[in-house]
Amino acid sequence: MSLLKTTFEQLEGRKALIPFVTAGYPDPKWTVDIMHELVKNGADVIELGMPFSDPMADGPVIQQASEHAITQGIGIESTIAMVKTFRQTNQTTPVVLMGYLNPVECMGYDQFVAQAKAAGVDALLLVDSPPEESKELLEKLKAQDLEQIFLIAPTTTEARARMICEHAAGFVYYVALKGVTGSADLDSMAVNKDVINIKKYTDLPVAVGFGVKDATSAVAVAEHANAVVIGSALVSLMGACESLESAKQVTGEFIKPIRSALDSL
Amino acid sequence: MTIKYSNYPDEKGHFGQFGGVFASETLMHCLDELNTAYRKLKTDPDFLAQFNQDLADYVGRPSPLYLAERLTEECDGAKIWLKREDLNHTGAHKINNTVGQILLAKAMGKKRIIAETGAGQHGVATATVCARMGLECVVYMGEVDIQRQAINVYRMKLMGAEVRSVDSGSKTLKDALNEAMRDWVTHVDDTFYIIGTVAGPDPYPQMVRDFNSVIGQEAKKQFADKVGGLPDALVACVGGGSNAMGLFHPFLDDSSVQLYGVEAGGHGVESGQHAASITGGKVGVLHGNRTYVMSDQQGQIIETHSISAGLDYPGVGPEHAFLNESGRANYVTINDGEALAAFHSLTRVEGILPALETSHAVAYGMKLAKSLSPEQNIIINLSGRGDKDVHTIAAIEGVSV
Repeated sequence: MSLLKTTFEQLEGRKALIPFVTAGYPDPKWTVDIMHELVKNGADVIELGMPFSDPMADGPVIQQASEHAITQGIGIESTIAMVKTFRQTNQTTPVVLMGYLNPVECMGYDQFVAQAKAAGVDALLLVDSPPEESKELLEKLKAQDLEQIFLIAPTTTEARARMICEHAAGFVYYVALKGVTGSADLDSMAVNKDVINIKKYTDLPVAVGFGVKDATSAVAVAEHANAVVIGSALVSLMGACESLESAKQVTGEFIKPIRSALDSL
Repeated sequence: MTIKYSNYPDEKGHFGQFGGVFASETLMHCLDELNTAYRKLKTDPDFLAQFNQDLADYVGRPSPLYLAERLTEECDGAKIWLKREDLNHTGAHKINNTVGQILLAKAMGKKRIIAETGAGQHGVATATVCARMGLECVVYMGEVDIQRQAINVYRMKLMGAEVRSVDSGSKTLKDALNEAMRDWVTHVDDTFYIIGTVAGPDPYPQMVRDFNSVIGQEAKKQFADKVGGLPDALVACVGGGSNAMGLFHPFLDDSSVQLYGVEAGGHGVESGQHAASITGGKVGVLHGNRTYVMSDQQGQIIETHSISAGLDYPGVGPEHAFLNESGRANYVTINDGEALAAFHSLTRVEGILPALETSHAVAYGMKLAKSLSPEQNIIINLSGRGDKDVHTIAAIEGVSV
């Protein structure tokens, strides 16, 4: 059974918390420690961003984090290597790599799948590779029991949502707003309604992300969802830290209240 | 097996392995809507009549096919014909596409127009049609390009467009495109994105090509009328590749016509400082389609270099990638110095100032003409005029204007 499946089953109704961090930001040496710190403070799954030079779907925070990480030499291979290090002491928390297709394409699908599998990656989420264009990659991922996470947006039609759910594995990621990562103005009523609809098409867990920034917004969208993803707000806080110790502290302080708010649901 | 080029792309927007729809899920529905609307309108007699009337009365088409006698003499080879897209309203081929897309935007009931621009020609062409239609217009432009194309920035502002400076990444065309995509994803309900080149997710590559195909259709007829038969070769510069695709497309199934796409060689392809995605790049995915892109070992898009802002782009339209792979078209490079020399040649012997982008095509066309015989004919797409570049050229040559 996949680690994602086990994790969601063991929640028994609790909401999963999925923090996102950009690999290598603000310091490549910190990333693995931050991942452990996230788990310690209540993260159930970790999304690790693979820095890309042209992150079209990301807002300014993750764009800048990616640019900064790239200047420190972080790319797809070093991101995978971080997962490998993380796995030396954690074999239970699923790790989802999130990014864009070109680095995967450049590495070659076979090579990517082999390295990701060997490192202990559980799933892959590519913002610019919808199911229609993912056939070859999806087959190769499946052959190694890796899962490809697909997105559903507020603009996705019912017919598309059904099609996406047919291809989905791991969980379905609902993009809570029309916009880039880290935008404001979540309409939680609309989100909750859409999540209910998605659940008609799939038994997979549904995670909500884009625009979730704190305990209040997390609780607001988690009514029917199984998980919430928080990225830009956390990345932004970490960027202001001068040392690993302060980054760990900030991470913990950020995650804890969200964890307890979700647990109170 | 002979490939029937005019049948491409397929239903899903693929040109062989290239093209497709590699877009954020938020945009998928609106790309579907755009596709449906475009398929319906492209054969609609009223839409086509309006488009053709606008091209005639507003753009000033047909543009002449001009025999450059003195340039031909200087090269002492094939006859050189210039397809004068520089004489269009706003001074380049870009207006053909914006005139078409704005009609589509209107038909789809969109209220707000966004665009990206590199050299500023597409931005100007978009601001122009927005002014004419009374639609709100936001143009994204890299900070670096804003510096080197100040006159075009001012032209856009005069026409009521808002020019937004983009300071992420390399601060050039690719980053302007990223930012326009981000805007689109945020305002997807009321906004129409007028992409300026034959790139982006389907249906853009075929749509921008179709609107620019008037170039090749006219050239074909004009050549038949003036000379008879078909020209031996066509030459056009390729950044994203819209002017080249517009000229080439009506000739794709005429296999006797050689096609030459001229990429920006910058300081030379071997220097690594160039914008020749086909010649010096590899297959990848950027801005919604699979094509040749310039990226490093880790798949990061790398900064390109060209003397001309309009060619300074790390990708290329997927149909060009396909024509390269199939061997139907030849892709060659011209470096900065050669383009500059060609700019001077054409200006001096014909009294025509070509854009720096276009100068790449002129440079290769001159080389090609020299290698052919006097009874042969080549058509160079004179895609844009060079007024916008005179300050850049003066600065390079140490002249104060």
